[in-house]
Amino acid sequence: MSRIGVFVCHCGMNIERTVDTQAVAATLSEHSGVVYTTDYNYLCADPGQRLIKDAIVEHKLDGVIVAACSPTMHEPTFRRVAEEAGLNPYLCEIANIREHCSWVHKDRDRATQKAIRIVKTLVEKVRGNQPLEPLRIDHADKCLVIGGGIAGIQAALDVAESGFEVILVEKEPSIGGHMAQLSETFPTLDCSQCILTPKMVEVSRHPNIRLLTYSEVVEVSGYIGNYEVKIRKNPTYVDPDKCNLCGDCEKVCPKSVGSEFERGLIDRKAIYIPFEQAIPSSYTLDEEACLGLHPLRCNECAKVCEPNAIDYDMRPEYIEESVGAIIVATGYSLYPISSLGEYGGGQIPDVIDGLQFERLLSASGPTNGEVRRPSDGKIPKKVVFIQCAGSRDPEQHNAYCSKICCMYTAKHALLYRHAVPDGEAVVFYIDVRAGGKGYEEFTQHAIEEERILYLRGKVSKVYRQDDRVVVWGVDTLSSRRVELEADLVVLAISMNPHPSNLALSKVLKISCGAEGFFKEAHPKLRPVESLTAGIFLAGAAQGPKDIPEVVSQGSAAAVKAVALLTKDKLVHSPEVVDIDELVCGGCGICVDMCPYNALAVNGAGVAEVNEVLCEGCGSCVSACPTGAAQLKNMTDWQFIEMIGVALQDG
Amino acid sequence: MAKPNDNGFEPKIVAFLCRWCSYAGADLAGVSRMTYPDNIIPMRVNCSGRVDAGMVMAAFERGADGVLIGGCHPGDCHYVNGNYKTRRRVILLKRALAEVGIKPQRLHLEWISASEGVKFQRTVTEFTRLIKGFGPSPMSEDGKN
Ligand SMILES: Cc1cc2nc3c(=O)[nH]c(=O)nc-3n(C[C@H](O)[C@H](O)[C@H](O)COP(=O)(O)OP(=O)(O)OC[C@H]3O[C@@H](n4cnc5c(N)ncnc54)[C@H](O)[C@@H]3O)c2cc1C
Ligand code: SF4
Ligand code: SF4
Ligand code: FES
Repeated sequence: MSRIGVFVCHCGMNIERTVDTQAVAATLSEHSGVVYTTDYNYLCADPGQRLIKDAIVEHKLDGVIVAACSPTMHEPTFRRVAEEAGLNPYLCEIANIREHCSWVHKDRDRATQKAIRIVKTLVEKVRGNQPLEPLRIDHADKCLVIGGGIAGIQAALDVAESGFEVILVEKEPSIGGHMAQLSETFPTLDCSQCILTPKMVEVSRHPNIRLLTYSEVVEVSGYIGNYEVKIRKNPTYVDPDKCNLCGDCEKVCPKSVGSEFERGLIDRKAIYIPFEQAIPSSYTLDEEACLGLHPLRCNECAKVCEPNAIDYDMRPEYIEESVGAIIVATGYSLYPISSLGEYGGGQIPDVIDGLQFERLLSASGPTNGEVRRPSDGKIPKKVVFIQCAGSRDPEQHNAYCSKICCMYTAKHALLYRHAVPDGEAVVFYIDVRAGGKGYEEFTQHAIEEERILYLRGKVSKVYRQDDRVVVWGVDTLSSRRVELEADLVVLAISMNPHPSNLALSKVLKISCGAEGFFKEAHPKLRPVESLTAGIFLAGAAQGPKDIPEVVSQGSAAAVKAVALLTKDKLVHSPEVVDIDELVCGGCGICVDMCPYNALAVNGAGVAEVNEVLCEGCGSCVSACPTGAAQLKNMTDWQFIEMIGVALQDG
Repeated sequence: MAKPNDNGFEPKIVAFLCRWCSYAGADLAGVSRMTYPDNIIPMRVNCSGRVDAGMVMAAFERGADGVLIGGCHPGDCHYVNGNYKTRRRVILLKRALAEVGIKPQRLHLEWISASEGVKFQRTVTEFTRLIKGFGPSPMSEDGKN
């Protein structure tokens, strides 16, 4: 650039008081490449903007410096002004002589000298700038949602309601996730199925939702706006359109396995429906449990199926789709109970986890809502609940707090007291964390009015004695040792990441934190975005959460996806990295530096940048040993010139 | 060797500030009208991870008496981990500076968030005082004669 204009703002007295703007303009007029300088009272006001526009046209300026307030304030303003005068906006730069100079110094002469240096650095920068155009990218207009728990359901419905097509992929035979297993939900005690089922039905009926259950995402390539995904739909061996839910197959099937939905409290058959309200409402033949399909070893179910819904020749189906955005809502799992040997987990049948207790409380559960313990079906008259089982224990288990267990334990104890009015409920806790609307009131009610004994302390040992379970602990408030004989022990077990997270993180190229939950782009400001543009997170897949939070995140992720899909074209900053093919040696050092997977060494042995993915951090530039990688308009040579004038004598 | 502090020596200091945290922290110092020595010339970089050996060495070669790098606190980098890369690089650079006879303390890395105007002020004030005490960098003196 050789026809640069420098405009120095007084900002009323804000700059003028400590910086002699006239002197700045005068000195800069001597600077190489500068053909026009002026100072003005308020450049950001309309007359000031007009002054800049006129000067650009009149003096045929090919670069502009506005020496004024911080670029965070008015960079967009002045770049727009430049554009309106026909100058490429990336040839306009802001010199911050207010926040970084006039406001922080007292001595007018020295502040003026500093302002001059600052402005000179920006002149040197503009001299090296190239005109740039924002990247505009076409995109697909569908959204992929992975995981059909309440988070994924909410996200899918919100995106679909906004008019975009959704592909909802669920691994299990039915959507619903863990919420389908819950009895009643804190803090209002609504019946979980009753509030969930209508949403599940809505998903199945929504014209914009394509539901793929018993399916998994196996391949993903591409980038924001343009992801190519490959989904494997596993064979259920039952045609859902023909299956009329008569259940005849189930009756004749000779093979039983533990029911996942009932968490092993009862068995299901190899051909089964996970729960009555399952969506899609159809039976599924579990190939692994079946006596044998290839070759066929039994054939009992097909024999009795009147509508001929069973098809042993079904094969996995591969479905390919182009999507613009992806929402990951794969939820959680429970910390394995067998890892809690100190509490008798996995060894004592009457030591169960929270979800098993939900099933015992549920009217549709294996005991029809009567609380009966697994070992002998007796109604337990004393139940001990142990909070933080597997949580907040960095030495042996998970270091983090699972957040929801205090609340569901209070709920469990309360519902148990309602179900067994003469029963005794004892809760061991470290502290009660009840942050949330109506939560403190809920736990206080449970403690004060439901006659639940809360003991503060840790349980050291749980063992079986005859048909009872003995719990040893310490009440740390009274420093007493406590020994309780219980009929049933319920562990409020830690929430773990879903076991498929790790594999999925590789398919999607998004990262998991140390605990295995998906990592958000920013813990405070970008909680539903992954670090990969166009891939969003919702629900317990990102960390332990309860339903209200999970649903909020589902909606939030949907808005993010919709905001992307509604755009005519995706616009991306052009201030990205550029690789000089003639200089690049193909070492690939840059590739590993990039947090966004924007770089790859191509077939010709040189690094190639995917401009859409590059965020312009410059990590690769700093690492490149040859200087081939440079950020557009922030090159090494520009910085060297800038440094030079910043340090010039005089 | 120059005397510490009021020796009339006005050092030249280049500051590379990441736009998301330290540059914004410097803005906040301004908005809050804090005062600090005028020896530093700030330059905005996208991320402290952009500041490489070439830029730091160029500054010393062209007469800087000190170089300050400001980045986001660990875990807060807008680009995930640029600041960790910088932290590693600065350790190596300090060694390289010592080898060419420049006091490694003339290069300083500080985490300054967008809300830490006070920390920006304090950092610049203390760093300037330190560099004043050191006197001119051997390289900048070389440059003069
Ligand atoms: C004992 C207990 C009681 C609770 N009680 C309450 C309560 O009273 N109130 C409350 O607000 N919260 C309660 N919660 C918390 C509640 O269960 C969760 O907040 C909520 O279910 C999380 O929903 P989600 O959709 O994020 O995850 P999930 O419900 O786990 O759903 C995730 C879905 O994704 C699917 N999936 C996983 N991996 C893949 C993959 N790779 N591909 C495709 N699909 C995949 C899963 O099969 C599942 O269907 C309780 C939790 C427990 C453990
Ligand atoms: S500038 Fe940053 S985001 Fe862009 S390619 Fe380099 S390392 Fe990746
Ligand atoms: S680091 Fe530089 S030389 Fe190596 S592959 Fe990347 S751009 Fe090419
Ligand atoms: S953005 Fe501030 S250090 Fe990376």
